[in-house]
Amino acid sequence: MHNFDFAKPSTIADAAKALGADGAQALSGGQTLIPTMKQRLAAPGVLVSLTGIKEMQGVCMGDGGLHVGAATPHAVVAKEAVAHYPALAALAGGIGDPAVRSRGTIGGSIANNDPAACYPSAVLASGATVVTNKRKIAADDYFQGLFTTALEEGEFITEVVFPIPQKAAYVKFNQPASRFALTGVFVAKFANGVRVGVTGAGNDGVFRWKEAEAALSANFSASAISGLTVDAGGMNTDLHGSAAYRANLVKVLTGRAVTAAG
Amino acid sequence: MTKVSMTVNGKAVSGEVEGRTLLSSFLREGLGLTGTHVGCDTSQCGACVVHVDGKPVKSCTVFAADVAGASVKTIEGMANADGSLSVIQQAFQDHHGLQCGFCTPGMVMSSAALLAENPKPTEAEVRHYLDGNICRCTGYHNIVKAVMAASGQDVSALAAE
Repeated sequence: MHNFDFAKPSTIADAAKALGADGAQALSGGQTLIPTMKQRLAAPGVLVSLTGIKEMQGVCMGDGGLHVGAATPHAVVAKEAVAHYPALAALAGGIGDPAVRSRGTIGGSIANNDPAACYPSAVLASGATVVTNKRKIAADDYFQGLFTTALEEGEFITEVVFPIPQKAAYVKFNQPASRFALTGVFVAKFANGVRVGVTGAGNDGVFRWKEAEAALSANFSASAISGLTVDAGGMNTDLHGSAAYRANLVKVLTGRAVTAAG
Repeated sequence: MTKVSMTVNGKAVSGEVEGRTLLSSFLREGLGLTGTHVGCDTSQCGACVVHVDGKPVKSCTVFAADVAGASVKTIEGMANADGSLSVIQQAFQDHHGLQCGFCTPGMVMSSAALLAENPKPTEAEVRHYLDGNICRCTGYHNIVKAVMAASGQDVSALAAE
């Protein structure tokens, strides 16, 4: 990979300053970015590691729900979120493999917005708030297509705030070689309705399956979606699964997630 | 080039690195600790797993500069103080948990991380935890058996193919 200057600030203010440099890129665990740089698909001039910033670490309950620091590794969320938001903890504990979970972070995952990453489905289905060094962004406004988000130049995520649903579950169908979700569905039932976030399937990355949300808001059981179909037109196709296969998976996994949520 | 310092297998070490120097390169080329293997270099295979502050990481997917100041443990740090094999290493030998041995450093480090957080795992938990460690010759039965034996559990009923 091409060489770069490395910086590891210990405060959000210093990170903002470092990321203001020309060609600077945030590094938050690097479990996707480092392989990408090895392939020379990315070649930042300056890499700013965010994992040394203490105020961006850890999980705690606060205003608006569960606050997860953007630099918190998946393994920590898997352990520390169990008591507050078990479905989110289970999702975090199923990303990649144990070594990836030691380093990969929630901020890195949703800043990258890989169309097969697990976390975006939870952020979207929970109606979470993405907090950056500049502003707060609602999940519905944050995800804007494949590898595309509302983040601007020099802006980085500091924490994600999850409202806690009454019931929730995440079910994914693994692509066994990459360990990414071939399709994954996060279902969250709140007092004012159900939200369904789907990853791995859509042509434009993570999306809400709104027909299922309406049906499940009226009747929270797997049978409520039995009459629905998912249009394969908006689904991704690759050698691991056709659009029709993924469309079917969305429905099957949504049903399983509803059942798992209880 | 910048200077980084860390603790590796209990010893304070330091060396000059570029921004792009991977932890695996620093260990192997900077410190001569070639027990950490680089299999795929794409974070798939797990041969390069070491512990950073007690947690398993793929050292080919971490920059050395990003773990400056950390405590790192590699396969060279696994043997007992008198040089005899640790319980996990001995179990791999006793149960034929290795053949060519290329994946073994990563397998042993991942297994040690598992047993540190879950001292009596089930067979399914061992298989699940070793999801990110790939073996292309022995196969997994004897590796799983070795980890179960190292945890002090009876392995006489486990498949041994």
